[in-house]
Amino acid sequence: MELEIQDISKSLDRIYTLDKVSIQVKDQEFVAVLGPSGCGKSTLLNIVSGLIPPDQGRILIGGEDWTGRTGRVSYMQQNDLLLPSRNILDNVIVPLLLKGIKKNRARDVAHSFFADFGLEGFEGYYPDQLSGGMRQRAALLRTYLFASDILLLDEPFVSLDAITRRKMQLWLRDIRINYPSSVLFVTHDIDEALILADRVYVFSARPARVIYQLDVTAIRGDEHSYNSAKLEILNKLM
Amino acid sequence: MRKSANIGLRLAPWLVFVLLLTVWEMAVRIWSLPLWILPAPSRVLQTAISSFHLLLDHTMVTLGEAMLGFTCSVVLAFLLVFFFNLLPCLRQALYPLLVISQTIPLITLAVLFTIWFGWGLLPKVLVVILVCFFPIAISLIRGIDGVDPEMIDLFRSMGASRLKIWTMVQFPLALPSFFAGLRISATYSIMAAVIGEWMGAQQGLGFYMTLLQKNFAVDGVLAAVLIICLLSLLLVKLVELAEYLLVPWQRTNTIHY
Ligand SMILES: Nc1ncnc2c1ncn2[C@@H]1O[C@H](COP(=O)(O)OP(=O)(O)OP(=O)(O)O)[C@@H](O)[C@H]1O
Ligand SMILES: [Mg+2]
Repeated sequence: MELEIQDISKSLDRIYTLDKVSIQVKDQEFVAVLGPSGCGKSTLLNIVSGLIPPDQGRILIGGEDWTGRTGRVSYMQQNDLLLPSRNILDNVIVPLLLKGIKKNRARDVAHSFFADFGLEGFEGYYPDQLSGGMRQRAALLRTYLFASDILLLDEPFVSLDAITRRKMQLWLRDIRINYPSSVLFVTHDIDEALILADRVYVFSARPARVIYQLDVTAIRGDEHSYNSAKLEILNKLM
Repeated sequence: MRKSANIGLRLAPWLVFVLLLTVWEMAVRIWSLPLWILPAPSRVLQTAISSFHLLLDHTMVTLGEAMLGFTCSVVLAFLLVFFFNLLPCLRQALYPLLVISQTIPLITLAVLFTIWFGWGLLPKVLVVILVCFFPIAISLIRGIDGVDPEMIDLFRSMGASRLKIWTMVQFPLALPSFFAGLRISATYSIMAAVIGEWMGAQQGLGFYMTLLQKNFAVDGVLAAVLIICLLSLLLVKLVELAEYLLVPWQRTNTIHY
């Protein structure tokens, strides 16, 4: 599914947070947004998900205007936000329940993904009993089950330790072969963006503006251009 | 090693309890204190057993009042929270009053209630509600306020209705806090009913105690106190059992990788 973010502006108390941001995510494309801390990345995802309306601009999904309306795209926020009151299986089925699917069927559907998401055997555990990496995978599965065609991921691995984060990045890269959704992925980790994304957008400090774009697929495997691209992005972010 | 230390710690309060009773029993015997000043624990127990049927009748009355007041408090607390949720301005207006209401001396209100409503069931239940409602309502409100707003945003982003957000997020996540308040209320509910009866009644443990007190039957009074303690403890345990059953996610905390 295609996602088009058109000229989105948003200000808070007359201070601009987002300044005419336009981003295009093609069908099944993985787009990463890099930007300095506090530049407005989460605000952008809040707007795309429909939680807050933009001051200007439009959100088009498959050509249809979804500006300011919730319930279309999957949104995974910075924290895993699993309900401590439900075990992993029952957490993951929440989006299915909200769509009116019966509990038993929802459990069956969700459970068929457990092996791929590295959650098998932990269905009955509560979030407090699991490691950070597992909780993120559960949150990711819940996100996927809500709408599998467009996922918004807001720094999903930022709270993990370096080793677990690396494992999760590789896992996400591999799993995308079987689950080719359109993804808009926010991060401030350059390596993470270059490992995972097909295309990268770089934001300026607040107010966020797109200052650089990179087609990663064109340079993947070419170590020299990869390194110079990395340097280029680093310079833009400084 | 650690296990035996744990058992020792668990037994400690019981040991202290038995020790206190022994000292009490010995003191009464050594100085042969008269019955109307301080009866020995053994005597209190005897009285409790010999007047068992009478005590039981009065206990049932008190328990009934306490339970009725307690249940009303829970229902009222939920109604209050419901309306606070519906109309945030109502909360602005009522919350400070709710807190101030707690500073009014309970005894004076209990007296007023008997003047207004007579010696029947109503004034007792009102006293129980006055005592129990506040901890329950506050803990419920705090529990709901404590829910991460991002969690609610997440559910909104999935298109959940307000009712769904309440049943799936706010209510379950408020339960641990709610039970903390429920426990406090359960502890005081019996005592509140007794205070209500003390101000004027024709039955119940409080009424019974005023009779005994007038006759200097200290052993009877203490027997009633024993019942009140046991009953309060029983209620707390029941609340804990309910919490154990309804909040299963807080039972264990082992981490798996
Ligand atoms: N509803 C809003 N509309 C406009 N601006 C907002 C809104 N809410 C917060 N902001 C502002 O947007 C700025 C950026 O916040 P945001 O959380 O989007 O940054 P971020 O890029 O996600 O940062 P981080 O990397 O720390 O997660 C903040 O300074 C905040 O004051
Ligand atoms: Mg953010």
